[in-house]
Amino acid sequence: MPDSTLAHAPQFDDASQQRESATFGMWIFLATEILFFGAMFLGYTAYRLAYPAAFAAASRHTLLAFGATNTAVLLISSATMAFAVRAAREKRRTALTVRLLLTAALGVLFLCIKGFEYAREISEHLLPGASFQFDQPYASHAEMFFYLYFLMTGVHALHVTIGVVLIAISGFRAWRTDAFMRNDTAVDLLGLYWHFVDIIWVFLFPLIYLVERHS
Amino acid sequence: MNTETRELPMTLEPRANYLNDGHSIRSWLLTTDHKRIGLLYMVSITLFFFVGGAAAAMMRLELLRPQGGLVTSALYNKLFTMHGVIMVWFFLIPSIPTVLGNFLVPLMIGARDVAFPRLNLVSWYLFIAGGASALWAIIAGGVDTGWTFYTPYSSTYANGHVLAMAAGIFIAGFGSIATGLNFIVTIHKMRAPGLTWFRLPLFIWTIYTTSLILVLATPVLAITLTLMALERLFGVGIFNPAMGGDPLLFQHLFWFYSHPAVYIMILPSMGVVSELIPCFSRKSIFGYNFIAYATISIGVFGFLVWGHHMFVSSQSVYAGMIFSILSFLVSIPSAIKVFNWTATLYKGSITFQTPMLYAFGFIGLFTIGGLTGLFLAALAVDVHLHDTYFVIAHFHYIMVGGAVMGYLGGLHFWWPKITGRLYCEWLAKLAAVTIFAGFNLTFFPQFILGFMGMPRRYPVYAPEFQVLNVLSTAGASILAIGYLLPLAYLLWSLRYGKPAGANPWKATGLEWKTSSPPPRDNFANAPVVTEEPYNYDAQAAELSLEENSHA
Amino acid sequence: MNREPATNRFLFTAGALLGLLALTVGAAYVNLGPFNTIAALTISAAKTVLILVFFMEIRERSPVIWVALATGFFFFGIMFALAMSDFLTRGWK
Repeated sequence: MPDSTLAHAPQFDDASQQRESATFGMWIFLATEILFFGAMFLGYTAYRLAYPAAFAAASRHTLLAFGATNTAVLLISSATMAFAVRAAREKRRTALTVRLLLTAALGVLFLCIKGFEYAREISEHLLPGASFQFDQPYASHAEMFFYLYFLMTGVHALHVTIGVVLIAISGFRAWRTDAFMRNDTAVDLLGLYWHFVDIIWVFLFPLIYLVERHS
Repeated sequence: MNTETRELPMTLEPRANYLNDGHSIRSWLLTTDHKRIGLLYMVSITLFFFVGGAAAAMMRLELLRPQGGLVTSALYNKLFTMHGVIMVWFFLIPSIPTVLGNFLVPLMIGARDVAFPRLNLVSWYLFIAGGASALWAIIAGGVDTGWTFYTPYSSTYANGHVLAMAAGIFIAGFGSIATGLNFIVTIHKMRAPGLTWFRLPLFIWTIYTTSLILVLATPVLAITLTLMALERLFGVGIFNPAMGGDPLLFQHLFWFYSHPAVYIMILPSMGVVSELIPCFSRKSIFGYNFIAYATISIGVFGFLVWGHHMFVSSQSVYAGMIFSILSFLVSIPSAIKVFNWTATLYKGSITFQTPMLYAFGFIGLFTIGGLTGLFLAALAVDVHLHDTYFVIAHFHYIMVGGAVMGYLGGLHFWWPKITGRLYCEWLAKLAAVTIFAGFNLTFFPQFILGFMGMPRRYPVYAPEFQVLNVLSTAGASILAIGYLLPLAYLLWSLRYGKPAGANPWKATGLEWKTSSPPPRDNFANAPVVTEEPYNYDAQAAELSLEENSHA
Repeated sequence: MNREPATNRFLFTAGALLGLLALTVGAAYVNLGPFNTIAALTISAAKTVLILVFFMEIRERSPVIWVALATGFFFFGIMFALAMSDFLTRGWK
C-alpha cells in the first residue's frame, strides 16, 4: 500500500490496517441500520396489509411534489458526495471543500423542503394525536399511516441532519487543516453513510407517496 | 494452592503493568486500555448484580408465606420488573462480553488493543448512562410492567417511570452495539500473524457470534422501545388495539431481540467452558471445528425461534408450528457442544480446581435448562406451562446455571491474569459448591411448582405450594452466601493473594504467554502463532522435557 | 472540468437514478393492480443497486464487506419472513 508510511493509531500495525478496520466498522454500522429501519418497515407492511384502503386514502393526502423533489435532491446529493470522495482520494483540496459543502447544502435543502411539508401537513390536521382529522371511514387507520409516516421520515431526517453536520464539519476541515487532507478515509466513510441514508429514502418514497395514486 | 515449588520466587518489586500505569481517577475514567475498561465494567456490573439480587431476595422472602404480607402487590410487581431489567440488561448481557471479552479478546488474538479503543470507552459511558437512567427510574418510584414491557399495558395503562427505564435500556443498547462492532472488527482485522480462524480460541468464536447478535438484534430493540415510548408520550400508536394497532407486533419486535439476547448470555459462557475443560483435562478439545460451527449456528438459529414466547398469544397457530419446529432445531448445535465437552473429558487427566468446578456445574445445569426448554418449545405442553414457575426455573437454569456459572468460572480462571494474584483456593471451591447447591435448591422446586400450576408474577399463592416455596427461599439464602463469598476472597486476594506468575494453570493460549498482570501494550514482543489451539499434548511433552533437564 | 471515466460514471448514475425516479412516479399513475407496489419496490431495488455499485463502489470492496452487507439484509429478511408468517396466516381456519 502506498499509504503505509502514514501516521496510524498505536493499536494498529500500519495505516492500511487502520483504514480497512475503519471501513469495515462503517459497513457493520450500516448493517445495524438496516435492522433499525427494517423494524419500522416491518410495522408499515403489517398495517398496510391489514388496512389497504385506509393506507391508499392516506397516501393520496401526502404531498407528492414535495416528496419527488426531495428524492431528486437526495439523489443529486449522493452524486456530489461521490465526487467529493473522488476529490479526497486525489487530494484536490478546493474540489473537496466545494463538493462537501455542496452536499451539505443539498442536505439542508432536503430538510427545509421536508420542514415545509410537515408544516403543511400539520396545518391540514394530519399530525396524529388529538388534533388529527381525516375523512371517515378511514380516520383511525389513516392516523396509523401518518404515525408511521412521521416516524419513519422523522428518523430518516434525523439521520440526514447528523450527516449534514458531519459533512459540513468535514468541508470546513478540508478547507482549513492540512492533516485532514492527508487521510481520505474519513470522507469515504461519510460518503458510505450518506449513500445509505439515500437508499433508505429510495424505499420510503414509494411506500409513502405512491400508494394507489392511480385511483 | 496452585503455586508450585518449581516456580521461581516472585520479585516483590512490581513490573510495569496496566494496573500501575497511572493511579489517578482520571487515568481510569479516561482510559482507552481494553483491560482497564474491562475492569470498569466488572465493577459496574457487580454493583448491578447486587441491586438485582436484592430485588430477588425481597421476592423470595415475600413468597415464604402463601398470603405474603411483606410487600404490597404493587411493590412486588416493581420488584420483579427491577430484578428482570437490571439482571438482563445491566448484568447478564454485558457480563462476559464486556468484562472478560474486553480483557481477553486483544490478548487472545495477540493484539495491542481493540480496533477502536475510544469507542470502547464510549460504550462504557453509554452503559453507565443507561444504568443511571434505569436506577433513577427505580428510585423515583419504580416500574411495574415486567421486564418485557408488553403493550398496551406499558404504553397506555402502567403508572410509574416506564420512559426513564426504557430510555436506560435504549442508551445502554447503543453501548452494546458499539461493543459488538468493536469486537467484530478487532477479531477480523487484528489477529497476530499465523492466528488463522481455526486456530482461534473457542472463546473468541463465541464472542464473535455474540457480537454479531448484539449488532443485528439490538437496533430492533431500540426502535421497539422508541415506538412504545412514543405511544406512551403522545397517545398515538401502533400497539394499541383500541386504535387499530396490534400488540403482537410489539411482541414480535421485542422477542426478535430478546430471544437472541438469551444467546448473548449463554454463548460466551460456552466459550469460557470450552477454555476450561481442555485446560483442566490436559487434553486438546474434542471436535474443535464442530464446536466452532455449532457456535455460529446457535447464533443464527437463535434468530429463528422468537415466536415460541408467543404460543398462547393470539399468534397464528401456523406461525406457532413453524416456531416450534425451529425451536427444536436449536437443540442440535447445543447438544453437539455438550457432547464435545464430555468427549474432551474422556480419558483426560482431570483436576478439580475452582474454574473446573464451575465448568462442571455449567454442563449439568445447562443441560437441564436446555432439555426443559424443549418441553416449552412443544406447542401443547407450553399451553399448560406458559407463565408458570416452570418457565422461571427453565430460564434461570440457562441464565444463572449457565451464564452466571460460566462468568464465575471465567472470572476464577483469568483472575490471576487480570490481577496477578491467586485467590484462596479452598474458599473458592467452597463457594463454587455452595452456589451449585444453593442454585439447585432454589430453582429445582420451581420446576415442580410450575408443573403443578403455580403462575409467575403473583405475590400470593395457594397454601399447598408452600413447602416447595420455602425450600426455594432457603436455597436462595444459600445462593446469596455463595455469591457473597467470592466478593470477599477475591477482594482479599488483591492485597494478600500470592503472586500468580504468568501461567498458573499451565494453560495454552496467547494470554498466558505474557506476564500477569499484562503490560499496557499486552506483549513485550509481538506474538506469532505457529500451532493449533489447546495443544496440551505438545505442552505436556515440553513440560516433562523441561523437568528432565532440570533434574 | 476534465472528463475522466469516473466523472462520466457518476453523471451517468445520477441521470439513471433521476430517470428511475420519473419512472416510478409515472408507474404509480397507471393501474397495475397488485403490481403497482411490486413495480415501485423493484425500481427502488434497482436504484439501490446503482447506488451500491457506482457510488458506494461495492465491487471494489473486500469480500468480507459483501458478507457484512448481505448479513444485514439476510437478518432483516428473517425478521420480515417469520413475522409475516404470523400476520399473513392469522386469519386462516
